[in-house]
Amino acid sequence: MSAIIEVSHVSKSFGGVKANEDISLTVEKGSITGLIGPNGSGKTTLFNSIVGYHPIDSGSIRFEGREISKLLVPEIARLGLLRTFQQTRIYGKMNCVENMLISIPHRKMTLLEAFRRNTPEERERAEHLLHFVGLYEKRWLQAGSLSFGQQKLLEFAMALMNEPTVLLLDEPTAGINPTLINGLIDRLKHANREFGITLFIIEHNMRVIMNMADRIYCLAHGRLLAEGTPEEIQNDQRVIDAYLGAH
Amino acid sequence: MSMRKLALYGALLLLTVAAPFLFPAYQTQLATLWLMIIVALTWDMTGGQMGYNSLGNIFFYGTGMYVGAVITITLYFPLAEYTDASRSETFTFTPEMYFTGMVLGTLGAGLFCALSAYAIGPLFFGLRGPYFAIGTLGLAIAAGEIVSNIDILGGGQGISMPVYGGDFEVFKKIIYYVFAAMGVVLIVFLSWFYQTRFGKAINAIRDDEEKAEAMGIHTLRYKLVTWAISAFFVGMAGSISAFQLIHFEPLETAYQTINLGIFMVVCVLLGGKGTLWGPVIGAILFHVFKEVTWNYLLGWQWVALGALIVVIVVFFQDGLMGWLRHRKPEWFGIRVESREARASA
Amino acid sequence: MDNIWFNIGLLLEYPIVNLKIIIDGVMIGALFALAAYGLALVWGVMNVKNLAQGDFVIAGGYVSWTLAQMGVYPLLGVPLAFVIMWGLGWVIYKTVITRVIERDLFTSLLATFGLAIMMAQIMNLIFGSDTQSVDMHWPTWRLGELGIIELPAAKVVGVVMAAILAIGVVLFMKKSRMGQAIRATAQDSRAARVLGIDTEKVYAFTFALNAAICGAAGAIIVMIWVIQPFYGITYSVRAFVIVTAAGLGNLPGVIAAGLGIGAAEQYGAHIFGIGYQQAIAVVLLLVVLFYRLMRQRRLRQVLQ
Repeated sequence: MSAIIEVSHVSKSFGGVKANEDISLTVEKGSITGLIGPNGSGKTTLFNSIVGYHPIDSGSIRFEGREISKLLVPEIARLGLLRTFQQTRIYGKMNCVENMLISIPHRKMTLLEAFRRNTPEERERAEHLLHFVGLYEKRWLQAGSLSFGQQKLLEFAMALMNEPTVLLLDEPTAGINPTLINGLIDRLKHANREFGITLFIIEHNMRVIMNMADRIYCLAHGRLLAEGTPEEIQNDQRVIDAYLGAH
Repeated sequence: MSMRKLALYGALLLLTVAAPFLFPAYQTQLATLWLMIIVALTWDMTGGQMGYNSLGNIFFYGTGMYVGAVITITLYFPLAEYTDASRSETFTFTPEMYFTGMVLGTLGAGLFCALSAYAIGPLFFGLRGPYFAIGTLGLAIAAGEIVSNIDILGGGQGISMPVYGGDFEVFKKIIYYVFAAMGVVLIVFLSWFYQTRFGKAINAIRDDEEKAEAMGIHTLRYKLVTWAISAFFVGMAGSISAFQLIHFEPLETAYQTINLGIFMVVCVLLGGKGTLWGPVIGAILFHVFKEVTWNYLLGWQWVALGALIVVIVVFFQDGLMGWLRHRKPEWFGIRVESREARASA
Repeated sequence: MDNIWFNIGLLLEYPIVNLKIIIDGVMIGALFALAAYGLALVWGVMNVKNLAQGDFVIAGGYVSWTLAQMGVYPLLGVPLAFVIMWGLGWVIYKTVITRVIERDLFTSLLATFGLAIMMAQIMNLIFGSDTQSVDMHWPTWRLGELGIIELPAAKVVGVVMAAILAIGVVLFMKKSRMGQAIRATAQDSRAARVLGIDTEKVYAFTFALNAAICGAAGAIIVMIWVIQPFYGITYSVRAFVIVTAAGLGNLPGVIAAGLGIGAAEQYGAHIFGIGYQQAIAVVLLLVVLFYRLMRQRRLRQVLQ
């Protein structure tokens, strides 16, 4: 395995608040990597830095060996590095199938190819993926009328439709009905294994992340606190202290 | 396509072709109606379908006029002598020269406008929401002011186009059919265009541009091409208008910001943004309303226009199609999750 | 082209011409700044981008001009225009603006554009399309070599009145309860509502105040320049240039940008000819927008 995302010595502050300080981590190609940490430890800030939502103060971020810390959001997304939002973002006025068809990988298309209608294969794939996340019965419904959890699943299906190389997921299980979480874990693992998508996941639910991740990074107060396999992290006293607030 | 729809479209097309013979007294108004339909449809490409509300699309109309005129004239005569206000000699165009000029001038105007939209687009599409509207409005105003200071383009006096030598009735029919053909081509093109991946992508930009960017959609590329296509048609329409009006000047005719420039927005709002037929219906409603009432308003027509804009924007912003969509969502294939199903999920 | 080089050469050869241009620009810029401050107020407090801003200015000018025709002493036209335009602003708020506040931004932009067309056309019907001004019959001081710098007393008085008005508004915003309520609403209208501020009243007051400020500015302009029913849009554009350049809630910035734009316009008019003056105002808007755009790009952000 080789590193697909390399974050080295990244710092980012908002005003006087140091949201990220000298963070270095790598995400291996084909892995599931977790990012944990108490609220306000700078996880989403790091995600936003990677996908280009704001400039970083110092350090470098590489994707497939290429420096991306100066690129803009659409440029990074077109490299195949995709993210989902903590507050889901779907096209509420369109139905689920339309949402999926918008999500076809435009980066692999020439301008001329855009001047074509969606192919039957694309429709089939859309329905297949909607089936995969369990929204097949609801495929003709307006996406905005779905429940929050279902919208989240739709956003996940849209991300898969896009055939990304790496998918950054910001709290995929937050707001999802607890009985559905096991199903979601299976689907994430499936996406990783069968579709070959590298996953980089922010997660609050310890059980979920310990269950899935090959490697976990833990942030606290904007700094990298610990890294290791799920077992190492679970037994790391610093991580336990950070979560219990014993500082 | 169902038989009923086919029959409907056939009847509409027949009406379009027969209109100047059915209503010979209104040929000029009918030609202007097609012009309104064209500018409304092209405005809706960016405003309704892509969410970029331009107040300056009239820029392409005015530029189309000038480019069409300049090409037509320079094909046969030196421009500076033609536009010289104190000239004494007359310039005569044979029918052959006239039509060559019209075809080449109009195509040239369309291409020039498309290219200029593509060239200035990267600057303007960085502006979002109200900044885009104000920026494009500024573009149109500035263009008018600048052109009226350029002597070789006739300055504030504008340009007098060559005159068609033949029968005036024939001339009116020619203008009508050119506008009508352009409009029909545009409607057919858009009905296909909005179904393509491209059309879906610009809808995505309208509904949530940040999400579209995060999905790797080439937002800027799609925005530029859409604006360029829109400018292509507006530019050609501008050039034909120059031939129709025979004389035009920069501020009131070519870059007529508060005239046609705002009419197109009103038409679209009236009919319904973001739909194919909304702008067409809106243009027909508005044009008929305007033609019928204009002369009875005794000079207050412009005040009435301002008031109409305010009333539409405040009370009827979704237009006819939006109102229908709200009342009869099933006609538009909209289905929503029932409350019970949501509660159990 | 030769003209342009000649004009630039003139600036370098006779530095005093620069001083004349700057003084002229600063005097008119002070009035632009007033209109821009009103725009920033409305924009910041209720997020309405008012394209009828310039027409308020012109309307104020016509109020003062009409009063002067009726024999009222012209200086009194300024406070009277303030009061009358206050009333008009309040009426417009209650009939139109209140219905578009919560809607998307294009709605308010287009609604105020409609208002702008209406106002300009009504003024055109009432007053005709000739330019008008009020002659104060005051002296003009001449300074510098050959008296190249003209300093009409009317302009000096106008700038002083603009300054008094600006200071009055600032003090009002700082000291009065209503001023504090307006500032609170601008920061967070929901929180203000929770704290018991009647935001509807605040909005109406703000919009009326804006119209009044513009009206007074117009009454000053009619004393030192000319007005015409269709000049409004250029004042709107100038106000947008200034606010876009300075940002909201930044009064020193608005004043600086206003004076700067006034001077830039005078320079442009000197170099390219007076015919380009309107175009220059608009081109400045585009320049400012694109400058901010480039700055945002470095922050990986867009302007919205």
